[in-house]
Amino acid sequence: MPMINSKNIHSYWQSLPLGMVLLAFLVFPIAVITVVSFWDYNEFSIIPDFIWTNYEYLLSSPVTWKAYLQTLQYALLTWTITLGLGFTLAYFLAFHVRTNGMQTLLFLICTIPFLTSNIIRMISWIPLLGRNGLINSGLQSAGITDAPIEWLLYSDFAIILAYVHLYTLFMVVPIFNSMMRIDRSLIEAAIDAGARPYQILRDVVIPLSKSGIIIGSIFVFTLVMGDFVTVKIMGGGIRASIAVLIYNEISLLQYPAAAAGAVVLLITVIMMLVILFRLVDIRKEV
Amino acid sequence: MKKRSLSFYLLSIFFAMFILFLYGPTLTIAILSFQGPEGGLTFPMNGVSLHWFEQLFERQAVGDFGGALIRSLMLGFAVMISTVVISLLAGLAFRKHFAGSSVIFYLTLASLIIPSILISLGIGLMFDRLRLEPNWYSSGFGSHLTWTLPFGLLIMFAVFNRFNPNYEMASADLGATHWQTFIYILLPLIAPSLIGVGLFGFTLSYDEFARTLMTSGSFNTLPLELFAMTTNVTTPVLYALGTLTTLASFSLIILTLVILKFVRSTKGAA
Repeated sequence: MPMINSKNIHSYWQSLPLGMVLLAFLVFPIAVITVVSFWDYNEFSIIPDFIWTNYEYLLSSPVTWKAYLQTLQYALLTWTITLGLGFTLAYFLAFHVRTNGMQTLLFLICTIPFLTSNIIRMISWIPLLGRNGLINSGLQSAGITDAPIEWLLYSDFAIILAYVHLYTLFMVVPIFNSMMRIDRSLIEAAIDAGARPYQILRDVVIPLSKSGIIIGSIFVFTLVMGDFVTVKIMGGGIRASIAVLIYNEISLLQYPAAAAGAVVLLITVIMMLVILFRLVDIRKEV
Repeated sequence: MKKRSLSFYLLSIFFAMFILFLYGPTLTIAILSFQGPEGGLTFPMNGVSLHWFEQLFERQAVGDFGGALIRSLMLGFAVMISTVVISLLAGLAFRKHFAGSSVIFYLTLASLIIPSILISLGIGLMFDRLRLEPNWYSSGFGSHLTWTLPFGLLIMFAVFNRFNPNYEMASADLGATHWQTFIYILLPLIAPSLIGVGLFGFTLSYDEFARTLMTSGSFNTLPLELFAMTTNVTTPVLYALGTLTTLASFSLIILTLVILKFVRSTKGAA
């Protein structure tokens, strides 16, 4: 957006604070992680060195591969479910809610939980899913089951449920955003041309919501790939994702091992992003 | 107006069920936090009391809850102010093309989507190597900014994309200086969005856990305290704390929305 009587010289000092924060608390820390991942360590301290042992140990350990497989499974499942839910909810908001006021209200209702604590939202499932929780006691008193179902809490099921609970919003917002930009006359034209509702969905709405779907997917994938809090709380300490392994090494003060794990995780996430970013021009979206 | 189709009703039910899924658990712990003194973590309710809320303020029951709350509030406030100022400045900068703009843009995106544990570990190690003491107000503050600034900048992008530059040109034509145009024209016009950025800055910092883990130093913030409680506390005092903090977040959000509405309506009248 060109402005009259102003030179870009202002842009430099105006973007300086942001640049400094990112340099100090993003670029530099990542550089430190990379360096430390080649260091040695013993029980008491970390020792400057240049060794590949951390990586060799990491990549030759079956625990790592199991965690990667597990995390990828979580990510794929969560992605499928949040995409289905998010698309449907956004579709309802964008095409079925008629007044702007109602649209804003329902949109806010969907987004407000994002601004509350994730940990509390996870804890909130305990009275519902626990051994003596609402669901188990309901099922038992209805005579459907005789004993409490054990896999409701502290299980893969609970982890996926919490992911869906926390991250569906990250699909709804970008998909809703791209749906609101669809020219409504395109849909009317499709109706006039004799398209059936599912044809409109398949040939008009879905292709034109693509960028929103991809941005939502980027969020959900990266959030699940890097998560350890949900797995810790909802998995009951038995399940291990990639980030949980890193977290455990941090707890044991094995920083170089944790750093190597972090570098490999970062590379994995970047590779996924390269693929996803190819499908969308992010600068046009904001 | 067209008649509502069947799919409208089906989707409405679907939407309502999602809202129940979204808010149901929170409501459940809100009810359970009023358990009687003998009550447990699940239903049935064993009487109704404020026992667990009282427990919250007794030091032995939940560790240093008061201190953690104050630290989280102060940190949230500092992050809020910094996020608003830095995002506004960066938003202004990005209205024009400048060398390095795409580097800063992609770094900001990276800051948003990089796994939080990397930020935590990286800043923790960096402070350790620089022989600096990590503290919630130094390393913790920085790590929170890496989370709030991307949201702030993206909101500012959305604002300036819709902003009509004619107002500024008119102001300049009437002889206003840059500074006058900024203070009397631009700032009032984008004030509601800045309030929104502030809300994001505060609440995201107030609830941030993963990025605080290795950066808060020897004193816990509230989410760290909560995480510790999930493993050692087995009484409804956990729910009482959860209910109280959620209530605080909700009040803040609603207050902000009311202020925004008020700001908009006074502007409409003027």
